[in-house]
Amino acid sequence: MSLLIEILVSAFILIGSFFLFVGSLGLAKLPDTMRRLHGPTKATTLGIGAMLIASMLYFAFVRGVFGIHELLITLFLFLTAPVTALMISKAYIFRNKETQRSLPERAGWATLTEPTRPPDAIKR
Amino acid sequence: MIVTACAIAVVIISASLLLTVYRLVAGPDVTDRVLALDTMVVNAIGLIVLLGIVFGSVMYFEAALLFAMVGFVSSVAFCKFLLRGNVIE
Repeated sequence: MSLLIEILVSAFILIGSFFLFVGSLGLAKLPDTMRRLHGPTKATTLGIGAMLIASMLYFAFVRGVFGIHELLITLFLFLTAPVTALMISKAYIFRNKETQRSLPERAGWATLTEPTRPPDAIKR
Repeated sequence: MIVTACAIAVVIISASLLLTVYRLVAGPDVTDRVLALDTMVVNAIGLIVLLGIVFGSVMYFEAALLFAMVGFVSSVAFCKFLLRGNVIE
């Protein structure tokens, strides 16, 4: 049982670090921002999830301490990674004129239009 | 076995931190740099969790949780600033 837990924890640590490395390699190597966005948002999130599972198993079965912190970190990271990716891609579209020209015209792009203000905001 | 795996993982995560530093320095656009900072925060959380396993202390998770929150808020604030020229309108 103890050996099984040790093998499982070591495997999760190695899997997690491997996927963290894959994400960072994608960030360093891919050619433009939209393609670079894939590495950190997918591979790195998977890697950090595996690391946190390893830590949860280790503290629950080897140390005998069961905590909810790892679940909190996992939940937080898995919720915030897509939001960060969306904001970064919006900022990239806003800043890059070539990408703006290649966008389809029919859809309204909230990133590119002026913000509409409520009437009482003008009076102030 | 766990200690050996942690030693290997520290080397790998440090290498990926170096890769993010390269993108942070060389990134042609500001959004690349924001993305590199975000990835760097995630790598640092991995390193902190690894240190928690090595030293057997639960206190490291508070630091990791704080790191996650600060990283998310800072990258969203930076993107908001790039989009609108203002963080809180």
